Amino acid sequence: MTSPYETLAARIDARFGEQMQRVASSCRELTYELDKDDLIAVATALRNESHFGFEMLVDVCGVDYLDYGSDEWTTNSATGTGFSRGVERASVILDEADEFDARRFAVVYHLLSIQNNLRLRLRVYTGTSNPPIVRSVVDIWNGANWFEREAFDLYGILFEGHPDLRRILTDYGFIGHPFRKDFPLMGNVEVSYDADEGRVVYKPVSIEPRTLVPRVIRDDNRYSADLKDGNGDG
Amino acid sequence: MAEIQSYTMNFGPQHPAAHGVLRLVLEIEGETIQKADPHVGLLHRATEKLAESKPFNQSIGYMDRLDYVSMMCNEHGYVMAIEKLLGLEVPTRAQYIRVMFDEMTRVLNHLMWLGAHGLDIGAMTMFLYCFREREDLMDCYEAVSGTRMHATYYRPGGVYRDLPETMPKYAESRFRSKKELDGMNSVREGSMLDFIEDFTVRFPACVDEYETLLTDNRIWKQRTVNIAVVSPERAMQLGFTGPMLRGSGVEWDLRKKQPYEVYDQMDFDIPVGVNGDCYDRYLVRVEEMRQSNRIMKQCIDWLRDNPGPVIADDHKIAPPTRVEMKDDMESLIHHFKLFTEGYCVPEGEAYAAIEHPKGEFGVYIVSDGANKPYRVKIRAPGFAHLSAMSEMVEGHMLADVVAVIGTQDIVFGEVDR
Repeated sequence: MTSPYETLAARIDARFGEQMQRVASSCRELTYELDKDDLIAVATALRNESHFGFEMLVDVCGVDYLDYGSDEWTTNSATGTGFSRGVERASVILDEADEFDARRFAVVYHLLSIQNNLRLRLRVYTGTSNPPIVRSVVDIWNGANWFEREAFDLYGILFEGHPDLRRILTDYGFIGHPFRKDFPLMGNVEVSYDADEGRVVYKPVSIEPRTLVPRVIRDDNRYSADLKDGNGDG
Repeated sequence: MAEIQSYTMNFGPQHPAAHGVLRLVLEIEGETIQKADPHVGLLHRATEKLAESKPFNQSIGYMDRLDYVSMMCNEHGYVMAIEKLLGLEVPTRAQYIRVMFDEMTRVLNHLMWLGAHGLDIGAMTMFLYCFREREDLMDCYEAVSGTRMHATYYRPGGVYRDLPETMPKYAESRFRSKKELDGMNSVREGSMLDFIEDFTVRFPACVDEYETLLTDNRIWKQRTVNIAVVSPERAMQLGFTGPMLRGSGVEWDLRKKQPYEVYDQMDFDIPVGVNGDCYDRYLVRVEEMRQSNRIMKQCIDWLRDNPGPVIADDHKIAPPTRVEMKDDMESLIHHFKLFTEGYCVPEGEAYAAIEHPKGEFGVYIVSDGANKPYRVKIRAPGFAHLSAMSEMVEGHMLADVVAVIGTQDIVFGEVDR
């Protein structure tokens, strides 16, 4: 196959070798994983070397792989308990652990080359440290500034070398990182106006969380094996 | 002489020119901006987290509410990402319908932008003119989906239903005469395609009208020429897309460069600016409206001649018709499963980007094989543009901040998500 993407993949393999690991994808997209220590060197090369020419960083986002592949409702055997009653809510794991699973948090970069009309995705796992930390790419692509602030705000991932790492989307004085999988969907606090005190007060959430549609993973044979990630390479 | 010190001023979040809920903390010396620090997130609804807790189809409606002036384009990005993961083919007619509505949405968005931008920097009439044309397009939204704004019309596999054969008409009222009423309803006698065709015939003259008011207007030029100049290198470095990038002279349009749906069949041009200032970005957007009009016309011609299905035939993804469900057990089961549990999407990840009226709107979905997405990330063009606000207004006057907010075409639904 000599699609532009295969050519790019061959170039990346030749230039970076072991530094970048290709992830098989079903959607005609190129994804590479790399070690967080190599990030700056690889990113600089990808932007500056003309046969890569990724002059634009389209997106940076955090991903939390805590519950990846777990479902709420076992469908292997029929149950007598009905649909939503069968939901088992995952126990809350506090983020006070000293170490995280090495593949829990990842930062995903989407690159775009305007001169070569190519896209590339990079994924960097943050490793075991708590808080998770990676190097900032703001010096390479200035547009990364707010995207990294967002990943910090929502996932608590620190970016070393970021000029202004403040919260961006959540409220002033917000506690926690709301997009982590162990942060409840409806949050921890609710606000209301207290007429006696004459100000807005924060209280713990009073409503019970509920699941309307359980999360289900079916090993469906509708999809051929080569459609699944990890088996095909085209 | 006393030394003048710079001071800090708060702008918004409740300011009519702040386009919603932008709060800017400005560092000003005299009336010159030294630094602007936008505080966003006042409209943050955690759309992405909500999407993680719902079956795929139930989040389409959330997408409308992101950029609430270009609703269907947001849906498009989302359903395209799902289709990519499923490996789903969309019927050609549905692709044409999508392209037509994408372009209609682009006109809607640019009209809103032109009206608001004009209003912000002193051209009151524009707002009224633009909303007059917007109304017709909103009627098309309503005719096809039942709502004027939050349509939820695009579905994975196609669009929810085919174009209607009739347009809704104005009703009699004591405020209009019979003659007036007949005049208003005269373009609504035929099908929806007839109505849109009539619009595409009328619209270029309307754009001429806007241009008469603005393009050579001395005040308009004083407010926009050489304001917030961005060089092409900086624009790419800052992650600009769409008209913001093209205004700086970079010829980059996903509809041409990475065509999706049937854009490769369409005949249209990409306008590109020269100086990268607010005036060039204005010219680019106005020309884009004309080009969108051209694309809409081509879609209408094709859609008239080619009837066919508008949604994929796979009932694991798209619901069966009502008629089928009446006497077919399997259809009934499909319907039930689809609306209770949804469908499982194979494990993997996909990024689908479309040329949104504001720039590149991308949706990145990570799926672990469940009936709900594992992670949805929405790449909103406005977010990248607003992050460059400080750089764009530096050295300009306070009044130019408003011009820059206008030229960036900021909508907080998508910036805050």
